Amino acid sequence: MDWYDILFYAFAVLTIGSAIGVVFSRNIVYAAFSLLFTFFGVAALYVLLSADFIAITQILLYVGGVLVLIVFGIMLTTRAQKVEVKQGFIRLLPPVLVAGIIAGTLIGVLTTTKWPAAGLAPYEETARPIGALLMTTFVLPFELASILLLVALIGAVIIARREKTRRV
Amino acid sequence: MPMHVGLVHFLVVSAVLFSLGIYGVITRKNAIMVLMGIELILNAANINFIAFTRFGTMNISGQVVAVFVIILAAAEAAVLLAIVLNIFQQMNTVNVDEVDKLKN
Repeated sequence: MDWYDILFYAFAVLTIGSAIGVVFSRNIVYAAFSLLFTFFGVAALYVLLSADFIAITQILLYVGGVLVLIVFGIMLTTRAQKVEVKQGFIRLLPPVLVAGIIAGTLIGVLTTTKWPAAGLAPYEETARPIGALLMTTFVLPFELASILLLVALIGAVIIARREKTRRV
Repeated sequence: MPMHVGLVHFLVVSAVLFSLGIYGVITRKNAIMVLMGIELILNAANINFIAFTRFGTMNISGQVVAVFVIILAAAEAAVLLAIVLNIFQQMNTVNVDEVDKLKN
């Protein structure tokens, strides 16, 4: 039990605990706030996996982008007097069963599989090889992703814009 | 289970995160809460990719795939929020079970 293990368990508990908060919270604002800690916990797990570039990207894009979008969506679509999330309590058993079965199956398979034990490589910086791979092996997905981002940007603006002239 | 933290530990965390995301997606009625569940699922997938990059025989390619997953998640969140805002303007609700009209 060294520092690595202690840090891992701390961040794993943070991640899963806040994810439970996201899923089970009655208040949508609290759920979004828990999601913040989930994203930070996942970024910390990336650091423990020596993926520094991905960890920074996670914080910048998820915490700085996606979470802000989600909070904007909550503010714009939720009225102040009815903040509670509508949830069907009568049919709560089947989803718990489904999620439990999925989790049990996955964990059972993961813990019984004999994974190939590769020697742990020493830490090395990841930004440079990621950039090189993006420009060589993954250049087609990279360009497609840029086109997708452009399309998503234009599409989001067009969809969300309030149309003044046309009465729908 | 090995004594030290290894591949399996990260995979188990990812599996739990994935199941919680599935639970959120199938129980919540608010479209934004469904989006939060999807984000949890995508994060779980990313943890798997990066864990295999670190511990498996996969080289740094796993991290590149994780970058693409993050890009897709951002684009998806933007488009979904735009759709949700539009639905809210048209139908005055964001609960996915009440949005059941194709035309007004």
